[in-house]
Amino acid sequence: MYGKGRIIPALILFLGVMTSPMWFKSADVSKMPKPEKPKDYTECVAPVQEMRTSHMVLLNQWRDDILREGGSRIGKTANGTEYVRSLQNGCMKCHSDKKKFCDECHNYTSVKPYCWDCHLQPKEAM
Amino acid sequence: MDSKRRDFLKIAGLSAIAGIAVPSAFNSLLKGEALASEHGAAAAGAHGAVAPTGKRWGMVIDVKKFSANPGLAEKCVSTCHAVHNVPDFGNKKDEIKWVWVDSFNHVFPDDSSQYKKPEALDSMPILTLCNHCDNPPCVRACPTQATFKTKDGIVAMDYHRCIGCRFCMAACPYGARSFNWRDPRGKDANGQPFIKAENPKFPTRMRGVVEKCNFCTERLAIGQIPACVEAAAESKALVFGDLNDPASEVSQMLKTTFTIQRKPSAGTHPSLFYII
Ligand code: SF4
Ligand code: SF4
Repeated sequence: MYGKGRIIPALILFLGVMTSPMWFKSADVSKMPKPEKPKDYTECVAPVQEMRTSHMVLLNQWRDDILREGGSRIGKTANGTEYVRSLQNGCMKCHSDKKKFCDECHNYTSVKPYCWDCHLQPKEAM
Repeated sequence: MDSKRRDFLKIAGLSAIAGIAVPSAFNSLLKGEALASEHGAAAAGAHGAVAPTGKRWGMVIDVKKFSANPGLAEKCVSTCHAVHNVPDFGNKKDEIKWVWVDSFNHVFPDDSSQYKKPEALDSMPILTLCNHCDNPPCVRACPTQATFKTKDGIVAMDYHRCIGCRFCMAACPYGARSFNWRDPRGKDANGQPFIKAENPKFPTRMRGVVEKCNFCTERLAIGQIPACVEAAAESKALVFGDLNDPASEVSQMLKTTFTIQRKPSAGTHPSLFYII
């Protein structure tokens, strides 16, 4: 093969550079987001994995259902605990510290949701 | 023989086209008619010919009681604005108002008795707010459906969807909508926040969206009456209830007392009724 001596090392170097974030970042567990879980509650409104991936979808569903369809403002968890279907008056009751909960992952993934342009975060934690 | 077959095919083809096209055209015609007659029924309902169904929140405003209780109208305004985090930008140009006090001539500009009415009317404080119209032009004007009518007759807004085009403001004949030219979370030149004391239970709005009275839907949902009605509860200057329920207090009042509505000629069918 013509130019074998240069192509193979160059390919290896290229792959190394491309995957470097994996080697350096993933090994650094301390940089993973650690959202603080509420102390007084163990159960969320939906399973953890679902909340992780789709909490924003759920918030939109609550909004449309309550505002447009006259849906209930009260929801029930799988264990029968009642909660308010509201970001400001529901979610933030348990996850009362936006910095230690929401911002942890949002900063890590570099997402900037505009919830807080209108919704108020609990005062004590600000 | 050949030409006969040709003719047969032509006729078959034409009738196939007719078979597809005519019913669909017919259907769309029928639909148009259905829409028109639906509208007719709604209009007839407003005149009392057809009994309306479902809830329709409404309000009776007794103007005399506001004259008898100076400061009451202002109290209603400040209560509402405090509950809903309505900013006070300190100037008329940027003003945000969900409920406000105006003069008789401004609130009822098409009153035909203009030159022959009691002088006292001029100084009467008239409380006014969004009419939660039964036929709301603001809803039709909104290109994103950010404003819409709910099943219980409230003209509501979803601020997430408002793109700030202000078509609704142009469409509303009552000036019931305000635009946030400035950031409601901001501070004035003296460092004073535009929202004096935030109500932690209710959101604020952001710059670039329109806002208006929501008939306290968040309070109705938990069995409370609107904040302004509660503020005026002692004098009963504001009465709130279901206009479609013949037994409700508002319906009873409307049955026994003569009331007027704002700009009835606009055809919006307001849910607000004034006792002058
Ligand atoms: S008063 Fe204006 S804003 Fe309110 S429903 Fe009627 S048209 Fe819309
Ligand atoms: S009904 Fe509620 S939102 Fe509307 S003016 Fe009264 S207090 Fe304000």
